[in-house]
Amino acid sequence: MTRISTGGLIDRSKTLRFRFDGTNYSGRPGDTLASALLANGVRLMGRSFKYHRPRGVLSAGPEEPSALVELRSGARREPNIPAPVVELFHGLEASSQNRFPSLGFDLMAVNGLLAPLFSAGFYYKTFMWPASWWEKLYEPLIRHAAGLGRAATEDDPDSYDRAHLFCDVLVVGSGPAGLAAALAAGRRGARVVLCESGPLLGGRLLAEHTEIDGMPGPAWAAATEAALRDCPGVTILRRTTVAAVFDHGSYVAVERVADHKPVPDSHEPRQRVWRIVAKRCVLAAGAFERLATFGDNDRPGVMLAGAVRTYLNRYAVLPGRAPVVATSGDDGWRTVADCVRLGIGVAAIIDRRSEITSQQRQLAEASGAQLLLGGRIARVYGGTGLYGLDVEDAAGKRQFVSTELLAVAGGWNPAVQLACHLGGKPVWSEHTQAFVPGTLPPGMSVAGAARGTFGLAAALAEGSAAGAAAADGTGFAGSAPAVPRADDAATTPAPIWFLAGGRGKAFVDFQHDVTTADIAQAQQEGFVSVEHMKRYTTHGMATDQGKTGGVAGMAAMAALTGRSMAETGTTLHRPPYTPIAIGALAGHHRGKDFRPTRRTPAHDWAAEQGASFVETGPWLRAEWFTQPGERTWLQSCTREVNAVRGGVGVCDVSTLGKIEIVGPDAGAFLDFLYINTFSTLPVGRVRYGTMLREDGFVFDDGTTARLAPDRWVMTTTTANAPRVLQHMEFVHQVLRPDWRVAFVSVTDQWAQFAVAGPRARSVIAAVLDAGFDVSDAAFPFMAAGNFTSLGGVETRLFRISFSGEQAYEIGVPSAYGDALVRKIAAAGAVPYGLEALSVMRIEKGHPAGGELNGQTTAMDLGMGRMMSSKKDFIGRAMAQRPALRDPQRPALVGLKPVKAGDRLRAGAHLLPRTATHRIENDQGWISSVAFSPSLNSWIGLGLLANGPARHGEIIRTLDPVRGGNALAEVVSPCFIDPDGVRLRG
Amino acid sequence: MRIPCPHCGERGNDEFFYLGAAGLTRPAADAQPEAWHDYVYLRDNPAGKHSELWQHAHGCRRWLVVTRDTRTHAVFSAVDATP
Repeated sequence: MTRISTGGLIDRSKTLRFRFDGTNYSGRPGDTLASALLANGVRLMGRSFKYHRPRGVLSAGPEEPSALVELRSGARREPNIPAPVVELFHGLEASSQNRFPSLGFDLMAVNGLLAPLFSAGFYYKTFMWPASWWEKLYEPLIRHAAGLGRAATEDDPDSYDRAHLFCDVLVVGSGPAGLAAALAAGRRGARVVLCESGPLLGGRLLAEHTEIDGMPGPAWAAATEAALRDCPGVTILRRTTVAAVFDHGSYVAVERVADHKPVPDSHEPRQRVWRIVAKRCVLAAGAFERLATFGDNDRPGVMLAGAVRTYLNRYAVLPGRAPVVATSGDDGWRTVADCVRLGIGVAAIIDRRSEITSQQRQLAEASGAQLLLGGRIARVYGGTGLYGLDVEDAAGKRQFVSTELLAVAGGWNPAVQLACHLGGKPVWSEHTQAFVPGTLPPGMSVAGAARGTFGLAAALAEGSAAGAAAADGTGFAGSAPAVPRADDAATTPAPIWFLAGGRGKAFVDFQHDVTTADIAQAQQEGFVSVEHMKRYTTHGMATDQGKTGGVAGMAAMAALTGRSMAETGTTLHRPPYTPIAIGALAGHHRGKDFRPTRRTPAHDWAAEQGASFVETGPWLRAEWFTQPGERTWLQSCTREVNAVRGGVGVCDVSTLGKIEIVGPDAGAFLDFLYINTFSTLPVGRVRYGTMLREDGFVFDDGTTARLAPDRWVMTTTTANAPRVLQHMEFVHQVLRPDWRVAFVSVTDQWAQFAVAGPRARSVIAAVLDAGFDVSDAAFPFMAAGNFTSLGGVETRLFRISFSGEQAYEIGVPSAYGDALVRKIAAAGAVPYGLEALSVMRIEKGHPAGGELNGQTTAMDLGMGRMMSSKKDFIGRAMAQRPALRDPQRPALVGLKPVKAGDRLRAGAHLLPRTATHRIENDQGWISSVAFSPSLNSWIGLGLLANGPARHGEIIRTLDPVRGGNALAEVVSPCFIDPDGVRLRG
Repeated sequence: MRIPCPHCGERGNDEFFYLGAAGLTRPAADAQPEAWHDYVYLRDNPAGKHSELWQHAHGCRRWLVVTRDTRTHAVFSAVDATP
């Protein structure tokens, strides 16, 4: 065990048991998976992506590139989770990734010897020959050998939530700068949202040995949190990472509501995505310590010096025996100081500089370490775990040092990511020796380490000022806030550090296994721009997005090209800041909740009748009603068609769009929307109309009835109902605001049923209240009117027919739909579904979805003569274009197989009978097919070049996909009752 | 993006439906085909200030003319499309 006997923010009174790679361990509440593994002496936690290098933990935060694990098992298994951000819970199960057969002995480590094959751009250069081997051999091999964890293969059992927040000031990060900012803004009364990605507020205060206002850092953080809770406008979101910045003060944050528990509580979401709208934002996201480049800098036991302090101070864990500290500036000395304070002997201290302060000399003496000024690391020993180093002093004298822990302090990179999401480029600061935020998103300010301000007192001052200024900017003025007091010595920023020489690969991207040699190769091959270099080497493209190694790689390129860091620049940062589970983004919109399900008022009745439902847009519609003894849908459908054509049937058409239009100019408005004229339609009549888009193609069709001189009701297709309404709003509000007309969708307000068949009238008469005359003379074909049914319920009746039979559509307010359909059925009407409806409309040659596909004109559909020449209407001018009037365009025809029993297939191509099966002989396609019980044959509607002039011709219908190759006769699209005797009956 | 609806106040862009350029004049019924072609198909694609039609579909249902910078998304104005 390497647990330090005192200190740390862990609860030593409780023990948590967990498993890693099948072995049982224990840890404490407050631990992370990484700290608990280290406390158990486990240093080897994973294998690398390409070379299967043994890897330990490098960092203590979300920037972790190496210690990535598969967390949980079964349906909750999640890959590539950084062990340092996993809060330990009882029963936690994790396994290492990308190793075969085991973590300690990985056969795939042979890839390290094949490194020349896997160098930068290997995808583009190796495995090129023979080409056919790529898919069959090379790619599967590489995919087996490379890659990271495995996602779960079962459905995610958890739920995810989405929520919105509005505030004056969003504070990102709860380190000293963030806490000071939140307190300054909150005390002025501003609505503040403070987001902290971890479970505790405090940031680096939890990891460093500090004092603020006379209190230890963690105590001050807790006191400040209590003070924030006293501010009524402050909301604190823990375990919440602000992942993206969008325009106009919009932010997306992910709250890990239950990831610290074995499973979410009942009714608790696992994660919640917050959309936060903030007038101001203070970015206090801190900084990431960057790795230093030297040979074998990835060995388990090599860690960031700041992370070592986190493990020492926050988790009371010594990650390895006899640490060596290597530092390029003052910062590494804090690790030495912590070791001295905790009584941990330091084996050696290597400082890049030749001069250090007297305090540092005293520290070195107190630590018992060998001090090597101007020294370097010459060699790293230990494949699966560091056991020693060859260190070299300034004179070049080399010696072996036995150690399990190398703490490397190579400087810090401000967490500039969120400052860049709107395109602002970070700028290189010579003073800070790092990229700092450049142009900021409007409303954002940056404080503390995220801005390159690394001292504690300075961070507190900047945070206070930024919080106060943000509150000021949103109307919450006040006097200058009291700045929390800290006394920390100014430190000199450390330059980017190359410890030249050493043996082995020097990594600049641990997660993607990119080395300085790959950067050099990219440079030699001309991929010099950092954006090109990134894509060629995949440097910075892994899930950690180069948080530790990104700048190191750019520095390597700068060194190779002799350019400054400012000239070299950095790659663009895009959302998300850290990976987000897809489930969190989807929220509740998955499975059957992917979108709302709309049910008609007659849904329950239809279900009782044996309906099979199909999704049409958001609606569920009955396809057919299976009756006892029916084994196929076609049997049900055919029975329903026969029932209608031989008697009477009822079909729920409530899903059709219904728009009520009122006003003195409603007639003119309809004339402008439809190709045909409506203003002349008498009250009490209904007319079929077709709408075009402005480009001349058919948009939608339906019937519109005039119920009163200034009141009309329009129907649209089910699919286009929202679009037609939007189109009408556009026409009225943008094109013709002078028209006095108003309209509203009443689709949901009315339940409507088609009653069709030779006995339709008797059913309607039975359903309406007594005393109404619906004889053909009183209520002829295309009549419309107001009636009552169900004992005085307002009822709309339209004598329209989609089936070609004597037919009505009858509508009542939705609440009465169920009662009405039951009464209709009780009067003898047989329920029929969408399939039977479709069969009958195909038999009648009415265009529907297959024909109204956005590529057909009114002429194509045989409705050219409906187009009025006496008025302007939407699409009129463009419909006159010569190419759209070309008779060679595919136009609507009926198709009947020559050989009885041949099946036609929707989607089949139409070719001249004897033509070869080549695309240049393609003359059209079949748009709809049905088995017609009336004709006892498959029939189809199709769009055929010059079709209307070719009735009687035999053509070939070719369906290469399903092997169809039937001859068919071109006929009129109206197969049944072409003179319309039945529907007028 | 946040759009300041003149009727409802500032709202997220997911409440809005986007159409395209505003300020086009529908040609007269007897206009030349070229005028119709321009109206239906030709659009400017400015890098900078641009006036567009957005409908507040999940709000007041009004069509708006939103003038914004296509590079920065800064919104200069949002007014009802009906003059």
